[in-house]
Amino acid sequence: MSAIRWLAILPFLGLIVGVAFFNQVEPLVLGMPLVLAWIVLWLIITAIVMGIIYACDPANRKTGADQ
Amino acid sequence: MNGALIIIFLVAAFALFLGLRARRGKDMNLEQWTVGGRGFGALFVFLLMAGEIYTTFTFLGGSGFAYGKGAPAYYILAYGTLAYVISYWLLPPIWRYGREHHLISQPHYFAHRYDGPALGILVAVVGVIALVPYLVLQFKGLGIIVSVASYGGISSTVAIWIGAAIVTVYVMVSGVHGSAWNAVAKDILILAMVVFLGLYLPLHYYGGIGAMFHAIDAAKPGFLTFPPNGQSLVWFQSTVLLAALGFFMWPHSFGSVFTAREERTFRRNAIVLPLYQLILLFVFFAGFAAILKVPGLTGGEIDLALFRLSIQAFPPWFVGVIGGAGVLTALVPGSMILMSASTLLSNDIFRGVKRDATDETVSMLARGLVPIVALVAVWFTLGGGTTIVALLLMGYNFVTQMFPAVVASLFPTNRVTKYGAFCGILAGVVAVIVISVTHTGIGAILPFLPTELKDINVGFAALILNIVVTFVVSALTQQAREAASHA
Repeated sequence: MSAIRWLAILPFLGLIVGVAFFNQVEPLVLGMPLVLAWIVLWLIITAIVMGIIYACDPANRKTGADQ
Repeated sequence: MNGALIIIFLVAAFALFLGLRARRGKDMNLEQWTVGGRGFGALFVFLLMAGEIYTTFTFLGGSGFAYGKGAPAYYILAYGTLAYVISYWLLPPIWRYGREHHLISQPHYFAHRYDGPALGILVAVVGVIALVPYLVLQFKGLGIIVSVASYGGISSTVAIWIGAAIVTVYVMVSGVHGSAWNAVAKDILILAMVVFLGLYLPLHYYGGIGAMFHAIDAAKPGFLTFPPNGQSLVWFQSTVLLAALGFFMWPHSFGSVFTAREERTFRRNAIVLPLYQLILLFVFFAGFAAILKVPGLTGGEIDLALFRLSIQAFPPWFVGVIGGAGVLTALVPGSMILMSASTLLSNDIFRGVKRDATDETVSMLARGLVPIVALVAVWFTLGGGTTIVALLLMGYNFVTQMFPAVVASLFPTNRVTKYGAFCGILAGVVAVIVISVTHTGIGAILPFLPTELKDINVGFAALILNIVVTFVVSALTQQAREAASHA
């Protein structure tokens, strides 16, 4: 878990740093300007990343009530 | 009475019915009224957390922002997403502490965690000052939606009075249960509506989303990307980060954490909520579609873009459905804000001063304050005035000042003292006021910055001052306390 947790940095890199490299309209992706498509892509990646973190987090494996 | 008006009325009546019905089978004590007896399952918690996304601000403002400013609107997609990533680790410990100590509000958390009643009162006062303008914004949006969607059949003043009366009644009766039930209705309606509008309008007017963006890019070059200055990339980056930190610091969002039955809910929400943000994309599409079809809206009018285009495109009954969805986007967050503000005034300010007040007294007072808070908000809404607009712009920066002390409180050994937290928050809030009133940019505070960095959101200056003051005062008071205990 401890190493997997660092994946959570990716959304910050993608949405805050990465966006600077894609600030253009063309080519349109799925009809959207490139910079918008980049942000949308990162929304989806974020959900996947958080899903992986959730699956690997032992805190979520306990069944029934917490603690 | 036209078709649109009938449908808007039906939606409003349904909201009132659901809100009142939500009380059934509950013994409405303070804990039940404010945090649903800590018994909400995954769906309710999800919808209360997501409630922040679909307020009138996003429905009208999101499309209006895309219409008026273009690319900068994208920031709304990004900041919520990062806030959910943070929430995975931020919310479960807050929830655990809240359950252990029977906390019902954000200032309650501060007062308890830092063992500082004065700190609780400060946090509550700042919270109320941030919440009331936010409620005014919801009422304003409600008035606009109803008057436009009813083709002028109902004036916005009448709509605001009716809307305020509905939320007041169901908040008094059902508390957070009313908000939760209405959130279900709101999200179903708004989801269907927004996805439909976002796909249909570009298709109908331009032949597709790609064709629409080509047309906009040809007519307004540069509109679809971040400009080199003003709301530039640097503005986007800093604003997204700052807003992500402040996201869960709104008293009503923070308070809704305590409604959950189990902590896993928050971690699961952190997976789904980023995808839920995608719905906003369709709000933007609708706003972009309006650019070339209802051109010329300026100033505050840009918020009407979505409705002006809808009136052109659809028959009245359907405009009524959109209007109804819009009414719910005002009522649900409005009810949460109203309940939260009343709880802060009663549980945290009143009880902060009069420490021996019982739960019954606090509960009675909180409910009694609901109509008063609503009246104050209506008065501000109808009176207009520039003060309220200024406060609104400051609101987000106000609540963000809570972030450092909340994060510090989650560490096993908290180096921040109650004095540090108090002084830090106070310094941050005062800085926000000074910066906003004098319209200071970051360039004026840090003149040595290169030009590209001058668009950094000035809210960071207040937050950094807050952090510095928090740690300096904490270090001093920590030493004083240790010296006293050794003496």
